Amino acid sequence: MPQNYVPIFIFIALIGILIPVTLLAAKLVRPENPSKEKLMPYECGIDPVDYSRGRYTVRYYIVAILFVVFDVETIFLFPWAVKFKALGMFGLIEMLIFLAILIVGYIWIWKKGALEWV
Amino acid sequence: MVEYIKSYLGSSTTPGQAGNVFWASVYILLIFLGLSVAVIAMNWLERKILAHMQVRLGPMRVGPHGLLQPIADAIKLLIKEDIMPSQADGFVFWVAPIVVVITAFTVFIVVPFGPTHAVTDMNIGVLFMLGVSSLSVLGIVMAGWASNSHYPLMGALRSSAQMVSYEIAMGLAVVSAVLMTSLNATGTGTLSMIGIVQSQQAQQVWFAFKFFPLGLIAFFVFAVAMVAETNRAPFDLPEAESELTAGFHTEYSGFRWSLFFLAEYSAMIAVSSIAVTLWLGGWLRPFPHLLSGSTWDLVFSVLPGATFLLLGLMAFVGVFRMPKHPYFRVQTIGLAGFGVILGLIGLLLLPRLLSLCTCTSGIAGPSRAIASISL
Repeated sequence: MPQNYVPIFIFIALIGILIPVTLLAAKLVRPENPSKEKLMPYECGIDPVDYSRGRYTVRYYIVAILFVVFDVETIFLFPWAVKFKALGMFGLIEMLIFLAILIVGYIWIWKKGALEWV
Repeated sequence: MVEYIKSYLGSSTTPGQAGNVFWASVYILLIFLGLSVAVIAMNWLERKILAHMQVRLGPMRVGPHGLLQPIADAIKLLIKEDIMPSQADGFVFWVAPIVVVITAFTVFIVVPFGPTHAVTDMNIGVLFMLGVSSLSVLGIVMAGWASNSHYPLMGALRSSAQMVSYEIAMGLAVVSAVLMTSLNATGTGTLSMIGIVQSQQAQQVWFAFKFFPLGLIAFFVFAVAMVAETNRAPFDLPEAESELTAGFHTEYSGFRWSLFFLAEYSAMIAVSSIAVTLWLGGWLRPFPHLLSGSTWDLVFSVLPGATFLLLGLMAFVGVFRMPKHPYFRVQTIGLAGFGVILGLIGLLLLPRLLSLCTCTSGIAGPSRAIASISL
């Protein structure tokens, strides 16, 4: 029913108005005297040595890709879980086959060492 | 006006369901107000309890026993200079805290406080909850990237890696709760949060105690995952003070920093209220079939929603924010997120499925008897 979803937009609109308004109101009362040192990136007191959007470890990409795979798996489980009793044995076996295929992939990932950090 | 309020209080639907924009807005404002008060209270409680655990007094100066300390802090943050680093990406830096606050607050649309007392009751409530709560990763990555500084970037990456790894364990634990709602006459469960509490009422048991050890294990997995999701005590390495100063919000100051603070605490309240809704029976009393009768009715009418509040607070302040744990290493987190918990939930789902299956297909009398005993 579409009217169930209307409050989401009210909610987001209210926050989307309230917070920028408070931010702008705070601008009226707070001091504003920036200096070069204040505007520097924080680096424990020394000057930043390097461009900060440089390289970082590839592990984060692997984690993100694994997340996509297994999160889609979780989403697939939801419709089945809702109709669990109605689908009965047939649905259970289907889902176990689906999970078995994924678990084979999961074991392969584990053996490859993708789950180990460093 | 009084008639109008009375006619609403007697109705049997949520404001969203009835298409009533006015009452929906009233509920939303109540949630804003309640959350702000709860965040202030949690801030004070956390500081006091941690202080007493470490044999300190904690805040004592502002108000009796430092009760007004969070309000003083809020005023201080409001009138503090707000610095945006010169190399930062202005727009993203500005939007990131708003995104984080929106995602942390929006979850409360589907949290039911009573049979008709929620902003709205969506038939995809659980999916909405999972989707919105995983969006907060976006705000954190935006904050870390836009600051254009090393510490925030590292903190944001760690934080996002940790949050996405535990998202899966969280989702699987939620699946097991949804699965239990389908054990009724029609064989069809529900994804609506109110529907889940109502099916706990119909089955006369909290889902945490259903199929005795199994429901409790699922609840425990969710509890661990939700602490990791909110980057709290043993999992707080995205904000590891000794290594990353403050994680993804190192460059934020003043009121914008306090938005992150607000979002963090309201996300904690959000996930614990979801845990209470899914496993601990929402607005229901514990063990509805045992604790019935006039005496218990009186006790629980004196404490409206007491379970909700107490357990939500217990989940965080009492159990997980205990005397400062040493935090895990990054290596352990990466492995734990996917490996241990995913394996655990796999082991957990199978026996439950088998037990349910023998139960529902009506093959085995003994296992049905065992199931009803353990229920």
